[in-house]
Amino acid sequence: MSDRSHLIFAGKPFQFDAERDAEFEHLVKRYPTRESMILPALWLTQEQEGWVPAEAIAYIADRIGTFASMVYEAATFYTMYNLHPVGRHHICICRTLSCWLRGKQEIVDYLANEIGIRPGEISEDGRFSLEEVECLGHCGTAPVVQINGEFHENMDVEKLKQLLAGLR
Amino acid sequence: MEVRILSRNFDIADAHLLEVAKQHGAYATLEKVFAMPPADVTDEVKNSGLRGRGGAGFPAGLKWSFLPKGLDKPVYLTVNSDESEPATFKDRYILTRDPHLLIEGIIICCYAIGCHDCYIYIRGEYTTQRKALQYAIDEAYAAGYLGEKVAGHDFKLDVTIHRGAGAYVCGEETALLESIEGRKGQPRSKPPFPAVAGLYGCPTIINNVQTIASLPFILANGAAAYKAYGTEKSPGTHLFGISGHVEKPGMYELPLGLPLLEVIEKVAGGVWRGRKMKAVIPGGSSTPVLTPEEAATTTLDYESMAAHKTMFGSGGIVVLDETVDVVKLTKNLIDFYHHESCGQCTPCREGLGWMLKIVKQLLRGEGTIADIELLRELCDNIEMKTVCVLSAACTMPVRSYLDKFRSEFVAYATDRP
Repeated sequence: MSDRSHLIFAGKPFQFDAERDAEFEHLVKRYPTRESMILPALWLTQEQEGWVPAEAIAYIADRIGTFASMVYEAATFYTMYNLHPVGRHHICICRTLSCWLRGKQEIVDYLANEIGIRPGEISEDGRFSLEEVECLGHCGTAPVVQINGEFHENMDVEKLKQLLAGLR
Repeated sequence: MEVRILSRNFDIADAHLLEVAKQHGAYATLEKVFAMPPADVTDEVKNSGLRGRGGAGFPAGLKWSFLPKGLDKPVYLTVNSDESEPATFKDRYILTRDPHLLIEGIIICCYAIGCHDCYIYIRGEYTTQRKALQYAIDEAYAAGYLGEKVAGHDFKLDVTIHRGAGAYVCGEETALLESIEGRKGQPRSKPPFPAVAGLYGCPTIINNVQTIASLPFILANGAAAYKAYGTEKSPGTHLFGISGHVEKPGMYELPLGLPLLEVIEKVAGGVWRGRKMKAVIPGGSSTPVLTPEEAATTTLDYESMAAHKTMFGSGGIVVLDETVDVVKLTKNLIDFYHHESCGQCTPCREGLGWMLKIVKQLLRGEGTIADIELLRELCDNIEMKTVCVLSAACTMPVRSYLDKFRSEFVAYATDRP
């Protein structure tokens, strides 16, 4: 378990845009209970905003017709929901077994020493944020890095350098 | 040594597209299946000896037969695509390279168990994989393989992808159900088992992606054809993931029963950089480790693994070379399970944290031999004292490292002899 109990307010009202609204209405028909929409709605929020602001919790609860505490519980339990803003390029490095065996630490060290970001941090210009995550299921092509959802396999410092240079 | 049953279309360009998949036999089994009584489909799967490929290895057909008969409630199928056990990376090949094989398997299973609503629980990290699968599902709907009349038959079936969001514990089947219902992934006490009271309180079957994807071959060719692969008690093939310190890591489909070391040598190219092998993790990070001597007599099937006091698990084989520091590896593992503990049971939530503290203390050069004994004692006191087996998934391998590589732990102790 990790401490993820704090929500941050974005300071502006939240609601789904037209695309997410349609997706919500499509998905809600696929479940016999509306509470099943809690995780999908949190995903839609994150796709729209890049993270889950505190304002979204009440909005989702209202939309589903459930308690805000139910939505809060899911948002804080599931570690992929970002409870704070992330960089334009959110870098996830797998820290588990096979990636650890095949040199993930060199990549983490490179980012700390050369780019100046450590796990849990966001760069001052908002360009990168970094997170060490548990097994990403790409052990046969370890180490693996995931940037904004895209997998980059057989990673090393040289390849990462080139990759980051292309990301503004 | 490799075979192509599940992976037969993996190397065909664009096999994830319905048009190409159909050219290579996708959905061809359905005519035959719909002509059979559902109970016969279950029997065929039972006879094939197919065991759950998610890690527990429970016979698939038998699991289906636990569904109560004559209940006035819907039956659900949930496909477990959480694939989060470290060193496991097999199901995603099915999702991206042959998703229609999975959908065909889902149709077969749902027909057999009388299910009209299937949920595929996919881990949140599988972004591209989810898109590939959703695309295939949309194609299957458009072509009439899903929806009101599956392949023109009087059988309705809806398939919905439910995305997880980074919780390993949701691979545990009741935590998975909690997650679909919108709650945090905390496992339920059993009984009742999901086959009796599962999703939304209704009878529910939960099967792994690979298990379901094995069905089209079994129904097309018969149980005997499937049993022609593997051993008598562990029939069939498996998608093995070989990673760690080997020359050619990757996913390989092999019949069960092959000698472990021969597979590492011939299929995965042997230990990398000309180094010696220190140990092998046979079936995902939660399975007890094997020394090279033990590995020499181990074959890749459920019985041989059990005889060596370890488990077949998810088929995720990890080779450790001679340079691996077993104490640091143990820390990496405990870190994982401690982080992934759902927090419901005290022995797991607090105990794994305690274990982590002890290993960190040893690594800092501040631990003693008594701490090593305490670590061993904690394993015994945590295991099987929790609702689910997440804590055991940590204590079982840790105990094996402590017992088989004790000298490495002792070397960190301040009072080492």
